[in-house]
Formats: sequence, structure tokens, C-alpha cells
Amino acid sequence: MSHAALETRQGHIEVRNFALSYETIDGAVEAVTDTQIHVAPGEFVSIVGPSGCGKSTLLNAVAGFLKPTCGIVTVDGNAVTGPSAERGMVFQQYSLFPWKTVRENVEFGLKMRGMPKFERARAARTLLGLAGLEAFENHYPERLSGGMKQRVGIVRALATGPKVLLLDEPFGALDAQTRIIMQQILTNMWQRLKISVLFVTHDIDEAIFLSDRVYCMTARPGSIKAEIQIPLERPRQQAMMMSSEFLALRRGLMSLIREESLKAMGGEITDLGMQGLSIELQGHSIADIL
Amino acid sequence: MSSPALMTSPNQAAATAAPGAAIPPSRPEFSARAARWFRLNQDRLRALLIGTASLIAFLITWHLLTTYRVVFFVKFTNVPAPLAVYASFTKAIHDPKFLMHILLSCRRIFIGFSLAALVGVPLGLIMGRFKLVHEIVFPVAEVLRPIPAIAWVPMAIMLWPTNEQSIVFITFLGSFFPILVNTLHGMTLVDPVLVRAAKCLGARETSIFREVYFPASLPHIFTGLTVGMGVAWVSLIAAEMISGQFGIGYFTWEAYSLVQYADIALGMIAIGVLGLGSSLVIRAAGQLVMPWRSR
Repeated sequence: MSHAALETRQGHIEVRNFALSYETIDGAVEAVTDTQIHVAPGEFVSIVGPSGCGKSTLLNAVAGFLKPTCGIVTVDGNAVTGPSAERGMVFQQYSLFPWKTVRENVEFGLKMRGMPKFERARAARTLLGLAGLEAFENHYPERLSGGMKQRVGIVRALATGPKVLLLDEPFGALDAQTRIIMQQILTNMWQRLKISVLFVTHDIDEAIFLSDRVYCMTARPGSIKAEIQIPLERPRQQAMMMSSEFLALRRGLMSLIREESLKAMGGEITDLGMQGLSIELQGHSIADIL
Repeated sequence: MSSPALMTSPNQAAATAAPGAAIPPSRPEFSARAARWFRLNQDRLRALLIGTASLIAFLITWHLLTTYRVVFFVKFTNVPAPLAVYASFTKAIHDPKFLMHILLSCRRIFIGFSLAALVGVPLGLIMGRFKLVHEIVFPVAEVLRPIPAIAWVPMAIMLWPTNEQSIVFITFLGSFFPILVNTLHGMTLVDPVLVRAAKCLGARETSIFREVYFPASLPHIFTGLTVGMGVAWVSLIAAEMISGQFGIGYFTWEAYSLVQYADIALGMIAIGVLGLGSSLVIRAAGQLVMPWRSR
């Protein structure tokens, strides 16, 4: 399956004139407005933005769970009309089936495709081996650690050989150490499979470290505020996170996000305003602590 | 056999052991394991010990209250003593009529409860999945649900041609609503993210139903089955007491009419044991069907 992706360079995501609004009693509320993004075949693209900016909404529309109010989402020229196995998805809450063993979870997509039992068991074992999980194939997810669960989640999404992989803050619930290891694992898998990836996160370091390109979204209603190329060479090493190049990118993205986060919080808090606060906390003012 | 010298050297122990005698497995390790087993199962052993003591205390209290015919608000004058009940138990187990009463009650439970499960579980699943079915069935179910199964007895006698059928119907009704309501509840609690995950992996409607909704609802279905089984017995006994000619409920009531007081307690205990046994069967079935939930 990776060969096919290599030869035909599939997995071109295109989101054009995209807007999505929810109907409420007070009228329509815009979640995302006037958004264009694209992911080239084999490219790793992240979306960052303040919480509630609609980045997950955008991803769910690409997955086919939400219909855009206007605009269109296409993958390789075909309009997305609903969820399908050609767009694999990894969720923040792992969302493994608790009643299936690790291997049965990985087999699920193949089973839906009608692959015979023996074949899909073998395929699942191979994939689990790549992720270092073969010893846990007969465990139920409940007994795994968060990092292992998410590895299963990624392997399960990749098992059907999708054209694109969509990840919705997949490492958000993991501790810092595990998260770094998971980022490395994801990078390795992505490089091996040459699959297109659309990755949603609120972690700026994570976005820079993983991506070829990062979209930064504005506060609600979300739209694309900036598009940043990440020219760091691959394969990426942990040490790069200390390089001046990385830090410059980080500073740039930070200030973009900070602006939007403040807007999202009401936009009234300014540095001047902070200094005006003089509440004493153990002898320090809030301004000092902040 | 187990002198310290032998224990330290198993080879020597094997060499010197009498032919044919079992070689003791290295004893120190065994006793260490036993000690660990006791430590790990401390809480369970404690519960077992206290539980047994409490049951014995209950029997002794019962014995004392009845032998001294205590009258203190409640009258124990005519209450049978535990030994009298035991005597009538030893007599009853050789009496084919008593066994027939029990078998008949069990059969009624089996038929009524199975029908309730066969109708209630699928109906609950379908109601949880299809809004229209929910909208149609739910109001009727909500109106009928609060009516205790016992209140159905006169109606059931009118509805069904034979007494047997009406008693089974009462049993069915008693267990039906808890099963239906819990199944439906389980369906509403299915994590929508799991449904989305299945869709992303290419699952269609029937597969999602089979692979996600159904297993996700199983814990609640089994809660419903457990509760339903309890209510089934309550309803059955009441129905048998009112309109039966056979069955353990009828046996208990008949014992009262015939002034065989020991048999009243025997009937009650039999009902308790049967109820306990049937809920154990359901729990075992639940563990079998949901291996992911047992540790």
C-alpha cells in the first residue's frame, strides 16, 4: 500500500472557501469562516490556534463528520461527503474499542473491508510489530498505558492504508516524556509510509517539530491567520528544538497565537492592565507572578 | 520426611525419599507462596470469615427467638424453629411433589424471563438506534412501566386461556421493563467518538450496530437482566400465591393454609436460594460474554 502511495502520489487535501456555522436559538454562530488550506501528497501539515478557534471543526469536516456551510473539501479531486476508510483518523481520547483486544482493534478496518480472518490477523501482527506492540496483541486496551493506547490508535488508523491521516490533538492527554517519544514514532511511520498528514494541536513546539508547514488560525470565528513554512531539515532530532532556527520559528508562532488567545479571552487584558493589578500574593503582586 | 537438612537440598531429598513416595516440592518456596496467597486474599478471607460468623449468629438468634417463643411487638409464638425447618427440608427433598413445585417455578421463570430478554433487548437496541421507533414505543412503555406486575394478575387471567400462560405472562412483564429500560439507557450512553472511529475505518450501519452499539451496551443490558431476574421472581411468587395450583409460591401459601408452619420457612428459603442461583447464572453469563470487563 505504501508503494501505491509512492507511485501515484495520492492524498492531496484541498479545502476551499470553507465556512461552517452552527444553528442556535440566537441564530447561526460561525465556527470557521473563509478558510483555504491544502496538504500536498506526502506532506505533514499542522494546524495550531487558540482553544475554541475551530481547528477541530475543520479537521472533522475533512474527515467527513461535518458538512461545510459553504465551500468544499476534496481529497484527490473527489468531494468529501462522509467518513471513509481512505481518511484515517486518530482521536485525542484514543477511542479504542474496549471490548476488542489490541489486535482486534487494529484488524477492525480490514474486517470491515471483508478481509479473511487469517489474513487480517497476520497483517495486524505485522503492524503491531512495527509499533513494538506485538507482546500486547491479546491485551484489552484498558490495561495499556496512554502512550501504548495511542500507538494502537495510530496503527489502527494506518492498517487500511489510507491516503491521508488526520490527527486531532492525539498526544494532548499524554505526559511530556511520552509525548516526545510518540512524536518520534509518528515521524518515523510518516516517513516510511509517505502518507499525507493533517495534524491539529495547540502545542506550538509539537507543530514545529513535526511539520513541513504550519497553519495558524485566528480566534473564533476561525480562519487562517498565517501559513508558516518549517525549513528544518529531516530527519529531525530532539536537539533541534534548542537551535536558534527552531526558537525563532517558535517566537514567531507564539506571538501570533498569543494575540489570538487574548482576543479569544475577551481581548481586554493588556500588559498595562496587568500592571494595574495590585493584589498582593505572599508579598508579590499578580503582575510579578505573571 | 521434612527435616531441615532435606529441605535445603532437594536433590538429596529425591535420592533419599522412599520409592513411590511423593517427593515434597521444595517446601520453603511452597510456604512462601502460601503466605503470599494469604496476604493477597486477606480481604476476601476476612469477608468470608465474618460472613460465615454472621450467618451462624443469625441462625442462633432465630433458634433462641423461636425456642423461647419471644413476644416483643412481633410474635415468634408460631414461627418454626430452624431445626424444624431443617427436618421438613430433609423430608421435602425426597418428596417428588416438592421438587415438582420447584421445577415448575423454574420453568416459568425460564420461559417468562427468556421471552422478556428476547423481546426487551432487541427492542431497546432498536429504540436506541431509530428515533421513530423510540418516539412510538416510549410513551406506551412509560405508561405501562409503573404498573406492578402483580396488578396485572386479574387482567392476565382474562387475557390468557390457561392459568399457566397467565403466570408466565406476569413473570414476563415483571422482567421486561427493567430489561428494556436498561438496554435503552446503555444505547444512549454509547460514546459517539467510538461510532466516529468505526465510521472512519469503513464501518457501515449494520457493522456499527453489531461492533459498536451492541457491545457498548452490554454492561447495561446485563444490569437490566440482573434487575429483571429479581423482579421476575417477585412477580412469579405473587402470581403463584394468588392464582397458582403449583409452584414454590403456591407451596409457601398452601403451607400457611394447611398450618404447616415449617414449610412456610422452607418455601421462603427455597425462593431465596433460587433467586440467588439465577442471578449468579446471569453474572456468570455476563463475565463470559464480556471478557474485557473481568480482571
